[in-house]
Amino acid sequence: MNKRIFLDPLFKNNPVSVLALGICSALAVTVKMEPALVMALSVTLVTGFSGFILSLLRNTIPDRIRIIVQLIVIATLVILVDQVLKAFAYPISKQLSVFVGLIITNCIIMGRIEAFALHNKPFHALVDGIANGLGYGIILVAVSFFRELFGSGTLMGYPLIPENWYVSAGGFYENNGLFILPPMALIVVGLIVWVFNARNAKKDKKAWNK
Amino acid sequence: MDKNKKNGNFYTVIYAAVMVIIVAVVLAFVSEFLKPRRDANIRQETRQTIMRSVHLEGRSYEKYITDTAAGPENLPLFICTLDDGTRKYIIPLEGKGLWGSINGYLALNDDFRTVYGAVFDHEAETPGLGAEISTPSFSDPFRGKSLYRGETFVSLSVVKPGKSAGNPNAVDGISGGTLTSRGVENMIRESLEPYIPFLRHYE
Repeated sequence: MNKRIFLDPLFKNNPVSVLALGICSALAVTVKMEPALVMALSVTLVTGFSGFILSLLRNTIPDRIRIIVQLIVIATLVILVDQVLKAFAYPISKQLSVFVGLIITNCIIMGRIEAFALHNKPFHALVDGIANGLGYGIILVAVSFFRELFGSGTLMGYPLIPENWYVSAGGFYENNGLFILPPMALIVVGLIVWVFNARNAKKDKKAWNK
Repeated sequence: MDKNKKNGNFYTVIYAAVMVIIVAVVLAFVSEFLKPRRDANIRQETRQTIMRSVHLEGRSYEKYITDTAAGPENLPLFICTLDDGTRKYIIPLEGKGLWGSINGYLALNDDFRTVYGAVFDHEAETPGLGAEISTPSFSDPFRGKSLYRGETFVSLSVVKPGKSAGNPNAVDGISGGTLTSRGVENMIRESLEPYIPFLRHYE
């Protein structure tokens, strides 16, 4: 049971590629790998702990203000993450700028709370939240890998394409500007969704034939 | 818990009130607790940004920079005295980018015409696009550019990437960050204009 709670969101039920949650921010922060990693980490912390806290409270929350209570917990955690980043990782917090605040609107968090945390034990909710955050992170890192490599010719900020390959230095190569614009993010996410679905479909078929 | 009791009006109101008070206390406490660190980070960053505009990153701010005010309107001006005694004049810049304010420092040589160095920063520009104004690859080419054409002040233009070659009054912008690049151009002109009348006679 525990193992499945953790492993399912990574691939089989990945929040971005299978459940199509959190796509908006996956498009926004994937131009470079470093902010994508920090974003993934921040979202993982917020999904994990908001699931944990709301699962602890689940039997006391009045039904009518359920969503508001969820939002308060999520918003509080996001502000905490933002404050801690500003105090201890100032350069990265500047790089993520508005996107930290936008974690609040990440559909994965509320989605998992509504679908899982409110009906399960706190520890399971914590694991489910962290796993979904990581599943989101996997997609973010994959998308940002391609976008940074082809769009900027770097990975984690380190140049990978030799300087003299570039047209400006008399070479033959030029970075693809389309990759740093949002439309290409959507296309890359689309391709990843395709790969995931093809893979899952194959597995389903195998299980069927048995 | 009893289903009816949990959904009563009184319980709901009290629940919301208590929850909000707890959250407010936690957030206020954390914010106050981290404030010194946050402020120190911001002050340290401002000073290092100023040092970067005169290519002295990581060196002691107190040793090189004098804060002062200049002109009839007492505009802020930082004077940097290099090791060899030459002076650079650093002017703070402020303007609007695409999503929020942008700022920077422009260091001028003591002829008050040519740029010695520049740094830019932003509050909320798009990472990877407009946010690239804060990288050296954008700000380094400012060095040696001229604010004047002949004897007229023309400021600096931020033009399409690759179009600035050979133009002493222009630098390359950022592809995909056109609105932010334009913001930088406006910011430089608007921030420098009040300095121009008296700066050339400044001693």
